Amino acid sequence: MTRSNKPLVWGPFAAGGTLTAFVTPALIVLTLLAGLGYAPELLGYDRLHAFMGHWLVKVVAIAVVFVSLWSSAHRLRITCYDLGLRADLLVATVVYAVALTGTLAAAVFLAGI
Amino acid sequence: MAEEMSPRPFLRPITSEWLFRHPRYLRYMVREFSCLFIGGYTLLLVAGLKSLSEGRAAYEAFLEGLRSPAGIAFHVLALAFATYHSITWFNLTPKALPLQLGEAFVPDVAISGAHFALWGVLSLALLYFAGAF
Repeated sequence: MTRSNKPLVWGPFAAGGTLTAFVTPALIVLTLLAGLGYAPELLGYDRLHAFMGHWLVKVVAIAVVFVSLWSSAHRLRITCYDLGLRADLLVATVVYAVALTGTLAAAVFLAGI
Repeated sequence: MAEEMSPRPFLRPITSEWLFRHPRYLRYMVREFSCLFIGGYTLLLVAGLKSLSEGRAAYEAFLEGLRSPAGIAFHVLALAFATYHSITWFNLTPKALPLQLGEAFVPDVAISGAHFALWGVLSLALLYFAGAF
């Protein structure tokens, strides 16, 4: 039987699509408020540094970054195909590599907090 | 014989003009383009984590960047696309998670409605927790 890697690719896509649907708009509102000069308390340096310093928050943050980047990468790959860019292996390699690099970078930065 | 008649296979020309043929296709593409904004915003958050790990001055510079016109414009666009992604995603939940109770299927509107309600509660909880109000 041929083994398919589709569930491996698609699972994080579905998880990320669901997670980003639930939390990304609210996250954007938080940083938009900061940009407009009404920074929520949590985004102050001391509060955020202490909050992100907790190991459980770090684990959750890495998971959020991973599924968000992965689902975006997967959707971008399909969109490239839809728009006529048929070099799927190249596109898939690039977009998934960016998603994994971004996740790794987030883990490294979190380790330094 | 067939090979002599068509020495090369027919290659359908690949274009992207199809997406202007019907408003439905264009809405589909708008939904798919939300990935650029959600992915881009996530990378912005990673940049924020980088600045947070580098100390107070770096983090303040990151916040200063959020206050730039480009930062505001990106946020407004990203918010619109992310919200559109949420709406389309939750509208599809009855297709992805059909729920049967006894003989009958739970109506579509109840499944997507539950997701919309949870989205509202979670968003308010997140904003409240962060001290936005």
